[in-house]
Amino acid sequence: MSAPIHIRPDETFTLNVGPQHPATHGVLRVKMEMDGEYIVKAETVLGYIHRMHELMGENRTYPQVLPNLSRLDYLGALGYTHGHVLAVERAAGIEVPERAEYIRAITVELNRVASHLFWFGAFVMDLGGFTPLMYAIEDREYILDMLEAITGSRLTYCYYRFGGLYNDIDDDFIAAAKAFIPRLRKSLKKYDGLVTGNIIFRKRLEGIGPISAEMCRKYGATGPVARGSGIDFDVRKNEPYSVYPEFDFDIPVYHECDSLARYKVRMDEMEQSLRIIEQGLEKLPDGPIMPKKKPKLIKPPKGDYYQAVETARGSFGIRIVSDGTKNAYRFKLRSPTYSNMHMFDEACEGMMIMDALAMMGSLDLVIPEIDR
Amino acid sequence: MIKDTVKQALEELFPVPEPVAEEAPPVEAAEGEEADAKKKEKKEEPRVNGVLERDYDTVGYHLDVQLDPGELLAAVLVLYKAEFFIESITGVDWIKEDQLEVVYDFSRYDFDQCRVVIRTRTPRTEPSVPTISKIFSGANWHERETHDFFGIKFEGHPHLIPLLLPEDADFHPLLKDFKP
Repeated sequence: MSAPIHIRPDETFTLNVGPQHPATHGVLRVKMEMDGEYIVKAETVLGYIHRMHELMGENRTYPQVLPNLSRLDYLGALGYTHGHVLAVERAAGIEVPERAEYIRAITVELNRVASHLFWFGAFVMDLGGFTPLMYAIEDREYILDMLEAITGSRLTYCYYRFGGLYNDIDDDFIAAAKAFIPRLRKSLKKYDGLVTGNIIFRKRLEGIGPISAEMCRKYGATGPVARGSGIDFDVRKNEPYSVYPEFDFDIPVYHECDSLARYKVRMDEMEQSLRIIEQGLEKLPDGPIMPKKKPKLIKPPKGDYYQAVETARGSFGIRIVSDGTKNAYRFKLRSPTYSNMHMFDEACEGMMIMDALAMMGSLDLVIPEIDR
Repeated sequence: MIKDTVKQALEELFPVPEPVAEEAPPVEAAEGEEADAKKKEKKEEPRVNGVLERDYDTVGYHLDVQLDPGELLAAVLVLYKAEFFIESITGVDWIKEDQLEVVYDFSRYDFDQCRVVIRTRTPRTEPSVPTISKIFSGANWHERETHDFFGIKFEGHPHLIPLLLPEDADFHPLLKDFKP
Protein backbone atom coordinates (compact mmCIF):
# COMPACT_ATOMS: atom_id res chain seq x y z
CA MET A 1 0.00 0.00 0.00
CA SER A 2 1.21 3.42 -0.85
CA ALA A 3 1.56 6.07 1.80
CA PRO A 4 -1.43 8.44 2.28
CA ILE A 5 -1.19 11.78 0.52
CA HIS A 6 -0.78 14.74 2.81
CA ILE A 7 -1.73 18.16 1.49
CA ARG A 8 -0.41 21.14 3.36
CA PRO A 9 -3.15 23.60 4.29
CA ASP A 10 -1.52 26.36 2.24
CA GLU A 11 -0.96 24.20 -0.79
CA THR A 12 -2.77 25.00 -4.04
CA PHE A 13 -3.27 22.94 -7.17
CA THR A 14 -3.85 23.82 -10.80
CA LEU A 15 -7.10 22.98 -12.50
CA ASN A 16 -7.66 23.25 -16.22
CA VAL A 17 -11.21 24.12 -17.23
CA GLY A 18 -11.38 23.32 -20.90
CA PRO A 19 -10.31 23.57 -23.71
CA GLN A 20 -13.06 21.01 -24.22
CA HIS A 21 -15.54 21.57 -21.45
CA PRO A 22 -19.31 21.96 -21.79
CA ALA A 23 -19.41 24.92 -19.38
CA THR A 24 -17.15 27.04 -21.54
CA HIS A 25 -19.51 26.81 -24.57
CA GLY A 26 -16.64 26.38 -26.96
CA VAL A 27 -12.93 25.89 -27.12
CA LEU A 28 -11.81 28.07 -24.24
CA ARG A 29 -9.37 27.15 -21.51
CA VAL A 30 -9.12 28.70 -18.07
CA LYS A 31 -6.11 27.77 -15.99
CA MET A 32 -7.21 28.02 -12.38
CA GLU A 33 -5.08 27.89 -9.29
CA MET A 34 -7.30 26.34 -6.67
CA ASP A 35 -7.30 26.26 -2.93
CA GLY A 36 -9.81 23.49 -2.33
CA GLU A 37 -12.94 24.69 -4.08
CA TYR A 38 -11.88 28.33 -4.07
CA ILE A 39 -10.16 30.02 -6.98
CA VAL A 40 -6.93 31.75 -6.00
CA LYS A 41 -5.96 32.91 -9.45
CA ALA A 42 -7.33 32.34 -12.92
CA GLU A 43 -5.73 32.81 -16.30
CA THR A 44 -7.71 32.54 -19.50
CA VAL A 45 -5.94 30.92 -22.43
CA LEU A 46 -7.34 31.89 -25.82
CA GLY A 47 -6.64 31.18 -29.44
CA TYR A 48 -7.78 27.60 -29.93
CA ILE A 49 -10.00 28.57 -32.85
CA HIS A 50 -8.21 31.68 -34.00
CA ARG A 51 -8.71 32.06 -37.76
CA MET A 52 -7.22 35.50 -38.46
CA HIS A 53 -10.27 37.14 -39.98
CA GLU A 54 -8.40 40.44 -39.89
CA LEU A 55 -5.80 39.23 -42.36
CA MET A 56 -8.54 37.76 -44.55
CA GLY A 57 -10.10 41.22 -44.55
CA GLU A 58 -6.86 42.62 -45.91
CA ASN A 59 -6.21 40.19 -48.73
CA ARG A 60 -9.74 40.05 -50.10
CA THR A 61 -11.85 42.73 -51.75
CA TYR A 62 -14.60 44.32 -49.65
CA PRO A 63 -17.50 42.19 -50.99
CA GLN A 64 -15.43 39.02 -50.60
CA VAL A 65 -15.16 39.59 -46.86
CA LEU A 66 -18.96 39.73 -46.42
CA PRO A 67 -19.43 36.06 -45.48
CA ASN A 68 -16.54 36.16 -42.99
CA LEU A 69 -18.35 38.39 -40.54
CA SER A 70 -21.13 35.93 -39.81
CA ARG A 71 -18.50 33.34 -38.90
CA LEU A 72 -17.51 35.43 -35.93
CA ASP A 73 -20.61 34.84 -33.90
CA TYR A 74 -22.78 31.97 -34.99
CA LEU A 75 -25.65 32.90 -32.65
CA GLY A 76 -26.16 36.56 -33.49
CA ALA A 77 -24.50 36.78 -36.88
CA LEU A 78 -26.65 39.52 -38.41
CA GLY A 79 -25.49 42.13 -35.91
CA TYR A 80 -21.90 41.66 -37.02
CA THR A 81 -22.65 41.73 -40.74
CA HIS A 82 -24.69 44.87 -40.08
CA GLY A 83 -21.66 46.54 -38.52
CA HIS A 84 -19.53 45.57 -41.48
CA VAL A 85 -21.85 46.90 -44.17
CA LEU A 86 -22.39 50.11 -42.20
CA ALA A 87 -18.64 50.63 -41.89
CA VAL A 88 -18.01 50.13 -45.60
CA GLU A 89 -21.02 52.28 -46.51
CA ARG A 90 -19.66 55.04 -44.29
CA ALA A 91 -16.22 54.75 -45.88
CA ALA A 92 -17.39 54.58 -49.47
CA GLY A 93 -20.28 56.99 -49.01
CA ILE A 94 -23.02 54.64 -50.20
CA GLU A 95 -26.63 55.64 -49.55
CA VAL A 96 -29.02 52.97 -48.29
CA PRO A 97 -32.74 53.00 -49.19
CA GLU A 98 -35.06 53.34 -46.23
CA ARG A 99 -36.81 50.03 -46.79
CA ALA A 100 -33.51 48.20 -46.64
CA GLU A 101 -32.64 49.93 -43.36
CA TYR A 102 -35.95 48.92 -41.83
CA ILE A 103 -35.58 45.30 -42.94
CA ARG A 104 -32.06 45.29 -41.52
CA ALA A 105 -33.31 46.52 -38.16
CA ILE A 106 -36.12 43.95 -38.09
CA THR A 107 -33.85 41.03 -38.96
CA VAL A 108 -31.10 42.13 -36.57
CA GLU A 109 -33.60 42.30 -33.72
CA LEU A 110 -35.03 38.90 -34.63
CA ASN A 111 -31.51 37.53 -34.56
CA ARG A 112 -30.87 39.20 -31.21
CA VAL A 113 -33.95 37.50 -29.77
CA ALA A 114 -32.76 34.17 -31.18
CA SER A 115 -29.35 34.66 -29.63
CA HIS A 116 -30.78 35.62 -26.22
CA LEU A 117 -33.19 32.67 -26.33
CA PHE A 118 -30.38 30.24 -26.91
CA TRP A 119 -28.30 31.88 -24.21
CA PHE A 120 -31.23 31.62 -21.81
CA GLY A 121 -31.55 27.88 -22.42
CA ALA A 122 -27.83 27.22 -22.23
CA PHE A 123 -27.38 29.37 -19.14
CA VAL A 124 -30.09 27.58 -17.20
CA MET A 125 -28.62 24.30 -18.36
CA ASP A 126 -25.24 25.38 -16.93
CA LEU A 127 -27.00 25.70 -13.61
CA GLY A 128 -28.51 22.24 -13.87
CA GLY A 129 -31.98 22.82 -15.36
CA PHE A 130 -32.42 21.07 -18.67
CA THR A 131 -36.10 21.74 -19.52
CA PRO A 132 -35.92 25.50 -20.32
CA LEU A 133 -33.41 24.79 -23.09
CA MET A 134 -35.99 22.70 -24.92
CA TYR A 135 -38.60 25.46 -24.68
CA ALA A 136 -36.12 28.12 -25.75
CA ILE A 137 -34.89 26.13 -28.73
CA GLU A 138 -38.45 25.57 -29.87
CA ASP A 139 -39.12 29.31 -29.91
CA ARG A 140 -35.78 30.03 -31.52
CA GLU A 141 -36.60 27.56 -34.29
CA TYR A 142 -39.42 29.84 -35.47
CA ILE A 143 -36.94 32.69 -35.92
CA LEU A 144 -34.43 30.47 -37.71
CA ASP A 145 -37.15 29.29 -40.10
CA MET A 146 -38.21 32.86 -40.83
CA LEU A 147 -34.66 34.01 -41.44
CA GLU A 148 -33.84 30.94 -43.48
CA ALA A 149 -36.72 31.69 -45.84
CA ILE A 150 -35.40 35.15 -46.68
CA THR A 151 -31.63 34.81 -46.24
CA GLY A 152 -31.05 31.25 -47.38
CA SER A 153 -29.08 30.11 -44.34
CA ARG A 154 -29.86 29.22 -40.77
CA LEU A 155 -26.92 30.56 -38.79
CA THR A 156 -24.12 32.08 -40.85
CA TYR A 157 -26.10 34.65 -42.77
CA CYS A 158 -24.74 36.68 -45.62
CA TYR A 159 -27.86 38.74 -46.18
CA TYR A 160 -26.76 42.35 -46.28
CA ARG A 161 -25.01 43.94 -49.22
CA PHE A 162 -23.24 47.25 -49.44
CA GLY A 163 -26.11 49.62 -50.04
CA GLY A 164 -28.95 47.26 -49.25
CA LEU A 165 -30.00 43.65 -49.11
CA TYR A 166 -29.68 40.50 -51.10
CA ASN A 167 -33.36 39.67 -51.03
CA ASP A 168 -36.59 41.47 -50.20
CA ILE A 169 -38.90 40.13 -47.52
CA ASP A 170 -42.24 38.70 -48.59
CA ASP A 171 -45.73 38.51 -47.12
CA ASP A 172 -45.02 35.11 -45.61
CA PHE A 173 -42.17 36.57 -43.58
CA ILE A 174 -44.30 39.48 -42.38
CA ALA A 175 -47.15 37.17 -41.43
CA ALA A 176 -44.78 34.79 -39.63
CA ALA A 177 -43.10 37.63 -37.73
CA LYS A 178 -46.45 39.11 -36.75
CA ALA A 179 -47.61 35.73 -35.46
CA PHE A 180 -44.35 35.15 -33.64
CA ILE A 181 -44.49 38.30 -31.50
CA PRO A 182 -47.51 37.32 -29.36
CA ARG A 183 -46.21 33.79 -29.19
CA LEU A 184 -42.89 34.86 -27.71
CA ARG A 185 -44.58 37.30 -25.33
CA LYS A 186 -46.55 34.36 -23.95
CA SER A 187 -43.39 32.26 -23.77
CA LEU A 188 -41.47 34.99 -21.95
CA LYS A 189 -44.13 34.98 -19.25
CA LYS A 190 -43.82 31.22 -19.07
CA TYR A 191 -40.02 31.42 -18.72
CA ASP A 192 -40.40 34.01 -16.03
CA GLY A 193 -42.66 31.73 -14.03
CA LEU A 194 -40.56 28.67 -14.72
CA VAL A 195 -37.10 30.05 -14.02
CA THR A 196 -36.82 33.55 -12.56
CA GLY A 197 -38.57 32.76 -9.30
CA ASN A 198 -36.95 29.38 -8.82
CA ILE A 199 -35.27 29.30 -5.43
CA ILE A 200 -32.27 27.21 -6.54
CA PHE A 201 -31.74 29.49 -9.53
CA ARG A 202 -31.85 32.62 -7.39
CA LYS A 203 -29.56 31.25 -4.71
CA ARG A 204 -26.93 30.49 -7.30
CA LEU A 205 -27.05 33.93 -8.90
CA GLU A 206 -28.13 36.56 -6.40
CA GLY A 207 -25.11 38.49 -5.17
CA ILE A 208 -22.76 36.13 -7.02
CA GLY A 209 -20.18 37.26 -9.53
CA PRO A 210 -20.09 40.97 -8.77
CA ILE A 211 -18.75 43.20 -11.53
CA SER A 212 -18.65 46.85 -10.57
CA ALA A 213 -19.26 49.72 -12.96
CA GLU A 214 -15.69 50.91 -12.40
CA MET A 215 -14.37 47.50 -13.42
CA CYS A 216 -16.52 47.55 -16.55
CA ARG A 217 -14.98 50.86 -17.50
CA LYS A 218 -11.41 49.73 -16.95
CA TYR A 219 -11.93 46.65 -19.08
CA GLY A 220 -14.22 48.23 -21.65
CA ALA A 221 -17.14 45.90 -21.03
CA THR A 222 -20.29 46.65 -22.97
CA GLY A 223 -23.66 45.15 -23.70
CA PRO A 224 -25.83 43.31 -21.16
CA VAL A 225 -22.80 42.81 -18.89
CA ALA A 226 -22.33 46.57 -18.48
CA ARG A 227 -26.08 47.18 -18.24
CA GLY A 228 -26.30 44.64 -15.43
CA SER A 229 -23.79 46.81 -13.56
CA GLY A 230 -25.91 49.92 -13.74
CA ILE A 231 -24.32 51.45 -16.82
CA ASP A 232 -26.91 52.93 -19.14
CA PHE A 233 -25.07 52.29 -22.36
CA ASP A 234 -26.41 50.88 -25.58
CA VAL A 235 -24.91 51.91 -28.91
CA ARG A 236 -28.38 51.91 -30.45
CA LYS A 237 -29.37 54.77 -28.11
CA ASN A 238 -26.08 56.46 -27.23
CA GLU A 239 -24.65 56.59 -30.70
CA PRO A 240 -27.66 56.04 -32.94
CA TYR A 241 -27.11 54.43 -36.33
CA SER A 242 -29.33 53.05 -39.08
CA VAL A 243 -33.04 53.71 -38.35
CA TYR A 244 -32.92 53.08 -34.60
CA PRO A 245 -33.79 56.71 -33.71
CA GLU A 246 -37.21 56.10 -35.33
CA PHE A 247 -38.14 53.40 -32.86
CA ASP A 248 -39.52 53.78 -29.39
CA PHE A 249 -37.79 51.33 -27.08
CA ASP A 250 -36.17 51.28 -23.66
CA ILE A 251 -32.79 50.12 -22.46
CA PRO A 252 -33.16 47.85 -19.43
CA VAL A 253 -30.59 48.65 -16.74
CA TYR A 254 -30.12 46.88 -13.42
CA HIS A 255 -27.89 48.09 -10.62
CA GLU A 256 -27.27 44.89 -8.66
CA CYS A 257 -24.02 44.06 -10.54
CA ASP A 258 -24.55 40.30 -10.00
CA SER A 259 -25.23 37.39 -12.32
CA LEU A 260 -28.98 37.70 -11.79
CA ALA A 261 -28.93 41.31 -13.00
CA ARG A 262 -27.28 40.23 -16.24
CA TYR A 263 -29.93 37.55 -16.63
CA LYS A 264 -32.71 40.08 -16.09
CA VAL A 265 -31.23 42.54 -18.59
CA ARG A 266 -31.25 39.95 -21.35
CA MET A 267 -34.78 38.77 -20.56
CA ASP A 268 -36.04 42.37 -20.68
CA GLU A 269 -34.11 43.05 -23.86
CA MET A 270 -36.07 40.39 -25.70
CA GLU A 271 -39.28 42.27 -24.96
CA GLN A 272 -37.69 45.51 -26.20
CA SER A 273 -36.53 43.81 -29.38
CA LEU A 274 -40.07 42.58 -29.96
CA ARG A 275 -41.24 46.18 -29.66
CA ILE A 276 -38.75 47.24 -32.32
CA ILE A 277 -39.83 44.43 -34.64
CA GLU A 278 -43.48 45.34 -34.13
CA GLN A 279 -42.88 49.01 -34.94
CA GLY A 280 -40.62 48.13 -37.84
CA LEU A 281 -43.24 45.93 -39.46
CA GLU A 282 -45.83 48.64 -38.97
CA LYS A 283 -43.72 51.45 -40.42
CA LEU A 284 -42.08 49.39 -43.16
CA PRO A 285 -41.96 51.67 -46.22
CA ASP A 286 -42.24 50.54 -49.82
CA GLY A 287 -39.45 51.04 -52.26
CA PRO A 288 -36.27 49.51 -53.57
CA ILE A 289 -33.92 47.45 -51.42
CA MET A 290 -30.78 48.43 -53.31
CA PRO A 291 -29.72 51.97 -54.23
CA LYS A 292 -30.06 53.06 -57.84
CA LYS A 293 -26.52 54.37 -58.03
CA LYS A 294 -23.89 52.15 -56.56
CA PRO A 295 -20.22 51.96 -57.49
CA LYS A 296 -19.41 48.72 -59.28
CA LEU A 297 -16.08 48.42 -57.55
CA ILE A 298 -15.98 49.50 -53.94
CA LYS A 299 -12.94 51.67 -53.35
CA PRO A 300 -13.29 53.90 -50.29
CA PRO A 301 -11.14 57.04 -50.35
CA LYS A 302 -7.99 57.08 -48.25
CA GLY A 303 -8.69 57.34 -44.58
CA ASP A 304 -9.44 55.65 -41.32
CA TYR A 305 -13.08 54.81 -40.55
CA TYR A 306 -14.73 53.41 -37.47
CA GLN A 307 -18.22 52.06 -36.96
CA ALA A 308 -19.74 50.68 -33.77
CA VAL A 309 -22.97 48.72 -33.55
CA GLU A 310 -24.81 47.03 -30.71
CA THR A 311 -24.84 43.28 -31.19
CA ALA A 312 -26.47 40.73 -28.89
CA ARG A 313 -23.28 40.67 -26.81
CA GLY A 314 -22.30 44.32 -26.74
CA SER A 315 -20.60 47.01 -28.73
CA PHE A 316 -18.95 45.62 -31.84
CA GLY A 317 -16.58 47.91 -33.68
CA ILE A 318 -14.98 47.79 -37.09
CA ARG A 319 -12.00 49.89 -38.11
CA ILE A 320 -11.26 50.11 -41.80
CA VAL A 321 -8.05 51.80 -42.88
CA SER A 322 -8.32 52.36 -46.60
CA ASP A 323 -5.51 53.22 -48.98
CA GLY A 324 -7.88 53.84 -51.86
CA THR A 325 -7.66 50.37 -53.40
CA LYS A 326 -10.25 47.61 -53.55
CA ASN A 327 -8.76 45.83 -50.53
CA ALA A 328 -8.72 47.23 -47.04
CA TYR A 329 -5.29 48.25 -45.81
CA ARG A 330 -6.20 47.30 -42.26
CA PHE A 331 -9.34 45.57 -41.10
CA LYS A 332 -9.74 45.57 -37.34
CA LEU A 333 -12.56 43.84 -35.52
CA ARG A 334 -13.33 44.87 -31.96
CA SER A 335 -15.42 42.09 -30.48
CA PRO A 336 -17.48 42.68 -27.35
CA THR A 337 -16.99 39.32 -25.62
CA TYR A 338 -13.22 39.76 -25.84
CA SER A 339 -13.43 42.64 -23.37
CA ASN A 340 -16.21 41.03 -21.33
CA MET A 341 -14.29 37.79 -20.95
CA HIS A 342 -11.15 39.65 -19.92
CA MET A 343 -12.85 40.68 -16.70
CA PHE A 344 -13.40 37.07 -15.73
CA ASP A 345 -9.80 36.57 -14.55
CA GLU A 346 -10.07 39.37 -12.04
CA ALA A 347 -13.73 38.91 -11.10
CA CYS A 348 -13.52 35.22 -10.22
CA GLU A 349 -10.66 35.50 -7.74
CA GLY A 350 -11.75 34.18 -4.39
CA MET A 351 -14.96 32.68 -5.74
CA MET A 352 -16.03 29.06 -5.52
CA ILE A 353 -15.62 27.24 -8.79
CA MET A 354 -19.30 26.55 -9.41
CA ASP A 355 -20.15 30.20 -8.77
CA ALA A 356 -17.43 31.21 -11.21
CA LEU A 357 -18.89 28.92 -13.86
CA ALA A 358 -22.34 30.40 -13.26
CA MET A 359 -20.82 33.83 -13.75
CA MET A 360 -19.08 32.68 -16.91
CA GLY A 361 -22.47 31.62 -18.23
CA SER A 362 -23.92 35.03 -17.44
CA LEU A 363 -21.26 36.69 -19.61
CA ASP A 364 -22.80 35.04 -22.70
CA LEU A 365 -19.58 33.84 -24.32
CA VAL A 366 -19.25 32.90 -27.95
CA ILE A 367 -15.71 31.70 -28.42
CA PRO A 368 -15.24 32.10 -32.21
CA GLU A 369 -16.00 35.75 -31.64
CA ILE A 370 -13.31 36.13 -28.96
CA ASP A 371 -10.66 34.34 -31.01
CA ARG A 372 -11.71 35.75 -34.38
CA MET B 1 -19.81 69.32 -24.07
CA ILE B 2 -17.29 66.73 -23.00
CA LYS B 3 -15.65 66.84 -26.42
CA ASP B 4 -14.47 70.39 -25.91
CA THR B 5 -13.16 69.86 -22.39
CA VAL B 6 -11.25 66.76 -23.43
CA LYS B 7 -9.88 68.53 -26.47
CA GLN B 8 -8.67 71.37 -24.33
CA ALA B 9 -7.10 69.03 -21.78
CA LEU B 10 -5.31 67.07 -24.50
CA GLU B 11 -4.07 70.18 -26.26
CA GLU B 12 -2.43 71.33 -23.07
CA LEU B 13 -0.13 68.32 -23.30
CA PHE B 14 1.48 69.63 -26.43
CA PRO B 15 3.81 72.59 -26.02
CA VAL B 16 2.99 74.09 -29.42
CA PRO B 17 -0.55 73.14 -30.40
CA GLU B 18 -0.95 72.90 -34.14
CA PRO B 19 -3.76 74.91 -35.72
CA VAL B 20 -6.51 72.54 -36.73
CA ALA B 21 -7.24 74.15 -40.07
CA GLU B 22 -3.87 73.17 -41.51
CA GLU B 23 -4.75 69.54 -42.01
CA ALA B 24 -7.00 68.74 -44.97
CA PRO B 25 -9.90 66.41 -44.19
CA PRO B 26 -8.68 63.22 -45.86
CA VAL B 27 -12.04 61.71 -46.67
CA GLU B 28 -13.33 64.01 -49.37
CA ALA B 29 -13.93 62.22 -52.62
CA ALA B 30 -11.42 63.56 -55.09
CA GLU B 31 -12.82 64.58 -58.42
CA GLY B 32 -10.80 65.92 -61.30
CA GLU B 33 -7.06 65.99 -61.72
CA GLU B 34 -6.51 69.23 -59.86
CA ALA B 35 -8.01 67.91 -56.67
CA ASP B 36 -5.96 64.76 -57.05
CA ALA B 37 -2.76 66.66 -57.48
CA LYS B 38 -3.53 68.87 -54.50
CA LYS B 39 -4.25 65.83 -52.35
CA LYS B 40 -1.01 64.17 -53.32
CA GLU B 41 0.95 67.23 -52.40
CA LYS B 42 -0.58 67.32 -48.95
CA LYS B 43 -0.30 63.59 -48.37
CA GLU B 44 3.43 63.63 -48.79
CA GLU B 45 4.17 65.63 -45.69
CA PRO B 46 3.81 63.49 -42.58
CA ARG B 47 1.16 64.43 -40.09
CA VAL B 48 2.28 66.61 -37.21
CA ASN B 49 1.49 65.73 -33.64
CA GLY B 50 -1.60 67.31 -32.19
CA VAL B 51 -5.34 67.08 -31.69
CA LEU B 52 -7.67 67.12 -34.67
CA GLU B 53 -11.42 67.45 -34.60
CA ARG B 54 -12.95 65.11 -37.15
CA ASP B 55 -16.37 64.92 -38.75
CA TYR B 56 -18.18 62.12 -36.94
CA ASP B 57 -20.51 61.28 -39.83
CA THR B 58 -17.75 60.50 -42.27
CA VAL B 59 -15.12 58.82 -40.09
CA GLY B 60 -16.97 57.65 -37.00
CA TYR B 61 -14.99 59.36 -34.26
CA HIS B 62 -14.74 62.87 -32.88
CA LEU B 63 -11.17 63.52 -31.79
CA ASP B 64 -8.04 62.25 -33.49
CA VAL B 65 -4.84 62.63 -31.48
CA GLN B 66 -1.36 61.94 -32.73
CA LEU B 67 1.52 61.97 -30.29
CA ASP B 68 4.94 60.55 -29.51
CA PRO B 69 5.12 57.30 -27.51
CA GLY B 70 6.58 59.28 -24.60
CA GLU B 71 3.43 61.41 -24.27
CA LEU B 72 1.09 58.45 -24.43
CA LEU B 73 0.65 57.84 -20.71
CA ALA B 74 -0.16 61.47 -19.98
CA ALA B 75 -2.83 61.55 -22.69
CA VAL B 76 -4.36 58.24 -21.57
CA LEU B 77 -4.46 59.52 -18.00
CA VAL B 78 -6.46 62.53 -19.16
CA LEU B 79 -8.99 60.17 -20.74
CA TYR B 80 -9.06 57.96 -17.67
CA LYS B 81 -9.93 60.92 -15.48
CA ALA B 82 -12.63 62.00 -17.95
CA GLU B 83 -14.35 58.62 -17.44
CA PHE B 84 -13.57 57.07 -20.78
CA PHE B 85 -13.56 53.32 -21.30
CA ILE B 86 -11.12 51.47 -23.49
CA GLU B 87 -12.57 50.21 -26.72
CA SER B 88 -9.60 48.57 -28.39
CA ILE B 89 -5.92 48.79 -29.26
CA THR B 90 -4.56 47.84 -32.63
CA GLY B 91 -1.70 48.44 -34.99
CA VAL B 92 -1.24 49.51 -38.58
CA ASP B 93 1.88 48.67 -40.56
CA TRP B 94 2.99 51.63 -42.69
CA ILE B 95 5.73 49.77 -44.48
CA LYS B 96 6.48 52.55 -46.98
CA GLU B 97 7.25 54.98 -44.19
CA ASP B 98 9.06 52.26 -42.24
CA GLN B 99 6.85 52.86 -39.24
CA LEU B 100 4.31 50.98 -37.15
CA GLU B 101 1.31 52.87 -35.88
CA VAL B 102 -0.45 51.90 -32.65
CA VAL B 103 -4.06 53.02 -32.52
CA TYR B 104 -6.00 53.34 -29.26
CA ASP B 105 -9.78 53.73 -29.24
CA PHE B 106 -11.65 55.25 -26.33
CA SER B 107 -15.30 56.01 -25.80
CA ARG B 108 -17.67 56.96 -23.00
CA TYR B 109 -20.76 55.43 -21.37
CA ASP B 110 -22.68 58.59 -22.01
CA PHE B 111 -25.21 60.28 -24.21
CA ASP B 112 -22.76 63.12 -24.72
CA GLN B 113 -20.79 61.01 -27.14
CA CYS B 114 -17.09 61.49 -27.68
CA ARG B 115 -14.94 58.92 -29.41
CA VAL B 116 -11.23 59.57 -29.13
CA VAL B 117 -8.57 57.91 -31.24
CA ILE B 118 -4.96 58.15 -30.10
CA ARG B 119 -2.22 57.29 -32.57
CA THR B 120 1.43 56.93 -31.95
CA ARG B 121 4.18 55.83 -34.30
CA THR B 122 7.24 53.76 -33.64
CA PRO B 123 10.05 52.62 -35.98
CA ARG B 124 9.59 49.24 -37.65
CA THR B 125 12.94 47.99 -36.40
CA GLU B 126 12.56 47.48 -32.66
CA PRO B 127 9.03 48.85 -32.29
CA SER B 128 8.19 49.72 -28.71
CA VAL B 129 5.65 51.84 -26.85
CA PRO B 130 4.88 52.05 -23.11
CA THR B 131 2.08 49.88 -21.78
CA ILE B 132 -1.15 51.46 -20.59
CA SER B 133 -2.36 48.31 -18.84
CA LYS B 134 -1.58 49.88 -15.48
CA ILE B 135 -4.20 52.56 -16.15
CA PHE B 136 -6.76 50.55 -18.10
CA SER B 137 -6.59 46.89 -17.05
CA GLY B 138 -8.42 45.93 -20.22
CA ALA B 139 -5.45 47.03 -22.29
CA ASN B 140 -3.64 43.88 -21.17
CA TRP B 141 -5.17 41.54 -23.74
CA HIS B 142 -5.38 44.17 -26.47
CA GLU B 143 -1.65 44.83 -26.12
CA ARG B 144 -0.84 41.13 -26.13
CA GLU B 145 -2.89 40.76 -29.31
CA THR B 146 -1.10 43.69 -30.94
CA HIS B 147 2.20 42.15 -29.90
CA ASP B 148 1.11 38.87 -31.56
CA PHE B 149 0.13 40.46 -34.82
CA PHE B 150 2.74 43.20 -35.19
CA GLY B 151 5.57 42.38 -32.83
CA ILE B 152 5.26 45.69 -31.05
CA LYS B 153 6.89 45.55 -27.64
CA PHE B 154 4.84 47.14 -24.87
CA GLU B 155 7.36 48.31 -22.27
CA GLY B 156 6.37 47.32 -18.75
CA HIS B 157 3.63 44.90 -19.77
CA PRO B 158 3.22 42.28 -17.03
CA HIS B 159 2.65 39.23 -19.22
CA LEU B 160 3.61 39.77 -22.86
CA ILE B 161 3.21 36.22 -24.22
CA PRO B 162 1.20 35.15 -27.29
CA LEU B 163 -2.53 35.32 -26.69
CA LEU B 164 -4.27 34.33 -29.91
CA LEU B 165 -1.32 32.81 -31.75
CA PRO B 166 0.30 29.54 -30.64
CA GLU B 167 2.54 29.88 -27.60
CA ASP B 168 5.70 29.24 -29.64
CA ALA B 169 4.78 31.60 -32.48
CA ASP B 170 7.72 33.69 -33.73
CA PHE B 171 5.93 35.36 -36.64
CA HIS B 172 3.73 38.45 -36.88
CA PRO B 173 1.02 37.84 -39.48
CA LEU B 174 -0.28 41.38 -39.93
CA LEU B 175 3.07 42.83 -40.93
CA LYS B 176 2.89 43.66 -44.61
CA ASP B 177 6.06 41.70 -45.40
CA PHE B 178 4.80 38.56 -43.66
CA LYS B 179 4.95 35.45 -45.84
CA PRO B 180 3.01 32.45 -44.58
